[in-house]
Amino acid sequence: MTEGQINAWRIPALVAFALLLAAPFFLSNYYQHMAVQIVIWSVVYTAWSLMGRFRLTSLGHGAFLGVGAYVPTLLWNNFGVTPWLGIPAGMALAVLLAMVVGYPCFRMKVVGHYFALVTLALGQVVLLVIVASREVTGGSLGMTPKASEHAWYALQLEDKREFYAVVLVAWLLTLAVWRAVDRGLGRAALEALAENEEAAASIGIDVLREKLRITALSAGLTALGGALYAQYLLYLNPEAMSGVGISLQIVFASIAGGMYSMLGPTVGAAFTILLTESLRVEFGTHFIGAANTIYGALLVVFIIFMPRGIVGLASELLRRKPPATPAALPAE
Amino acid sequence: MTALLRLDDIHAGYGSFAALFGISLEVEAGEAVAVMGPNGAGKTTLLRVISGMLKPSSGTVALDGRALQNLPAHRILAAGIAHVPENRRLFPRLTVADNLRMGAFLPESRRHFAERLQWVYELFPRLKERASQLAGTMSGGEQQMCAIGRALMSKPRILLMDEPSAGLAPLVVEQVFDLVRRIRAEGFTVLIVEQNVRQVLEVVDRAYLLETGRIKLAGSAVSLKDNDFIRSAYFGI
Amino acid sequence: MDIYLVEAIVNGLLLGGVLALLSLGLNLIFGVIDVVWIVYAELVMSAMYVVYWLHNYYAWPLLAACAAAIVFAALLGVLVHLLVIEPVLRSAPINQLLATGGALFFLQSLATLLFGTDFRNLGIRLPIIEFYGIFISFSRLIAFGVALISAVVLYFFLAKTYLGTAIRAISQDREIMGLMGVSERRIYLTTSAIGGGLAGLAACLLVLQYDVHPFIGLTFGPITFMVCVLGGLGNMIGGFIAAFIMSQIIAVGGYYMPIEMAEVLAFVFFIVLILIRPQGIMGK
Repeated sequence: MTEGQINAWRIPALVAFALLLAAPFFLSNYYQHMAVQIVIWSVVYTAWSLMGRFRLTSLGHGAFLGVGAYVPTLLWNNFGVTPWLGIPAGMALAVLLAMVVGYPCFRMKVVGHYFALVTLALGQVVLLVIVASREVTGGSLGMTPKASEHAWYALQLEDKREFYAVVLVAWLLTLAVWRAVDRGLGRAALEALAENEEAAASIGIDVLREKLRITALSAGLTALGGALYAQYLLYLNPEAMSGVGISLQIVFASIAGGMYSMLGPTVGAAFTILLTESLRVEFGTHFIGAANTIYGALLVVFIIFMPRGIVGLASELLRRKPPATPAALPAE
Repeated sequence: MTALLRLDDIHAGYGSFAALFGISLEVEAGEAVAVMGPNGAGKTTLLRVISGMLKPSSGTVALDGRALQNLPAHRILAAGIAHVPENRRLFPRLTVADNLRMGAFLPESRRHFAERLQWVYELFPRLKERASQLAGTMSGGEQQMCAIGRALMSKPRILLMDEPSAGLAPLVVEQVFDLVRRIRAEGFTVLIVEQNVRQVLEVVDRAYLLETGRIKLAGSAVSLKDNDFIRSAYFGI
Repeated sequence: MDIYLVEAIVNGLLLGGVLALLSLGLNLIFGVIDVVWIVYAELVMSAMYVVYWLHNYYAWPLLAACAAAIVFAALLGVLVHLLVIEPVLRSAPINQLLATGGALFFLQSLATLLFGTDFRNLGIRLPIIEFYGIFISFSRLIAFGVALISAVVLYFFLAKTYLGTAIRAISQDREIMGLMGVSERRIYLTTSAIGGGLAGLAACLLVLQYDVHPFIGLTFGPITFMVCVLGGLGNMIGGFIAAFIMSQIIAVGGYYMPIEMAEVLAFVFFIVLILIRPQGIMGK
């Protein structure tokens, strides 16, 4: 397809897309449930990809997810603080945590797989703290936000359509942040940095500041996703929120969808959630673990053959360019 | 008489950078042959092609008539070609003894390990003294001896030596070339690559001159010593 | 000194033994192949299931089941290298990490699929020994003993045999291994098998003390990495030392605070140390 032909498809594609977004308002509860989950996880995966695309691969984003989920719920259950205030508080705490660990990391030039292992440790720390504080958090048994009749005040919305509208806003916010990063001067700096830190520093790029900025954005938005997920499910559990498992799931979905494009992570969310759902429908509870087994195998396959994810592959095919040799995460 | 080692029209390079253009040469059994030339001529590339570290883009490398150029390096050692690499390339944190042991990794060499070790120590008494010393802590000359000894542990049919005199003090260089003579005397076939044209011509039977990837001259050592081009370009006469 | 504190210290030592064994396998693989196997603990988990299944369902004698598990784990190691590592051998380390992460996901979920999430116990109760007022579990003692013996055997293997010497050599100069007549691929496969075998051995020791379930790898996997990185990735002696340091922090910490907080302490210690000295205690 030529550039012109792609452009001609733009308007219809946008319309189709808008219709897709609006559809859940008119469909059944079941589809709304799917839609809400896809959008929430899109927020999380897009947030992760903000860091991932610049070679700051975190294997511990569960830490921010967990903080974002537990803080508002703890504030609500113990002090009656509305999630509208609690969620920003959780986001702020997640950002703080990211800075506290990120600053020394970046200062000491901990990069690549060492950075990944530090983030892994961070994820574990948050998990362990949640479990250890079992008097307050319910530990491994989990906790639930206290019920309230004031639906909007407590952000406990019965009507899934209302929740869908809320998460759509969060999603659009996240995409706006992505766009801002993509278009801003910061992007060029971060890409230069990802390529070669020394060179970037030598031309005056404040390596530390750029990395901290993107980490803060990523942590905050992940926390937002975690908070929304908790508010939706009305149940929190440390393993589901902050373990190694969930951290890896985030990585997988982002890579599968394609972390270099704005909608890639959203595609990843749709792909993984729909796959899990169809497996559940097909096999019921007989095959718990089937979906994740497939994900695991797919992650390996994707890393080997499609490091730029589904979206990357699709855009290459559309442009008929020879696919770049697996350079998504280029050899150092 | 079929040569022991024969290269036919070898072209080789690194990616898009071509280093060797149609190299053909021969080494007879029992001979000592040199490939001489300045920096960047392609001498190291040539040895790497022979020992299998680098695959040529075309041409053949034959040992006793058997084509080797597509074999992996470890099979080429098994066939009988041992390569003493440029800059010695010892395992720095292994002892001298362990480095020699690595040279005897092949099953056939392991069977005769004890006697070969004995023999190498006789050739290089200094190595015996330093058997438990970490190879990386030795002097340049000692390292060279160890590297050569390591290659000899497999009792190769041909010994390839890449610039054995590089980076060594003149007195040590003398010792190294002396060594080459002794190895020759033991009956080994040697192919030496060297920048030090004057000294290597004293040690070998025949030599080739390699310049920018092509063989420019070939002949017996005696005749090359009197060759005008060699004398003006390399002896400064 | 409080007898319970002494008991904690001793148990910490015993725990350190198994942790050291785990770190040996991981460090070996990293030292030779230069990849971090995030999936290592899942090999242990898989081998634990093998022991459990053979012993409890097919009534194999325990030692036979353990031997089978070790062989199984060694084969699994080779498979991981062939299917997951080899294709990404020349890629960036983070790609390799993610690929092994996928394998981790895969094995955990496969175990869930095959065995469900129930906790399984081998059902063997080894005695608790009393030693001057301290209570030590016999299974822990065995684990410690076996771990030490394995370390010694591994040491001699690496120092005295041809293959062991080649394994030590390859991380010092990969390029010329072919000139020594060593096939790089063979070394990698052999190392993966040995690493897997060590995981299998660790599994046999752990299955005596802990229940098996698909996610048990998460309880000691992250700690094993931390131990390896702390000691200096690839450095087996460093890993050994780090194993005992971390296990002491956890054991003694567990005496003074909830065990999870003690683990938090250990992880925070790790984070702080890596920031001060990223190459680890004995790293270069």
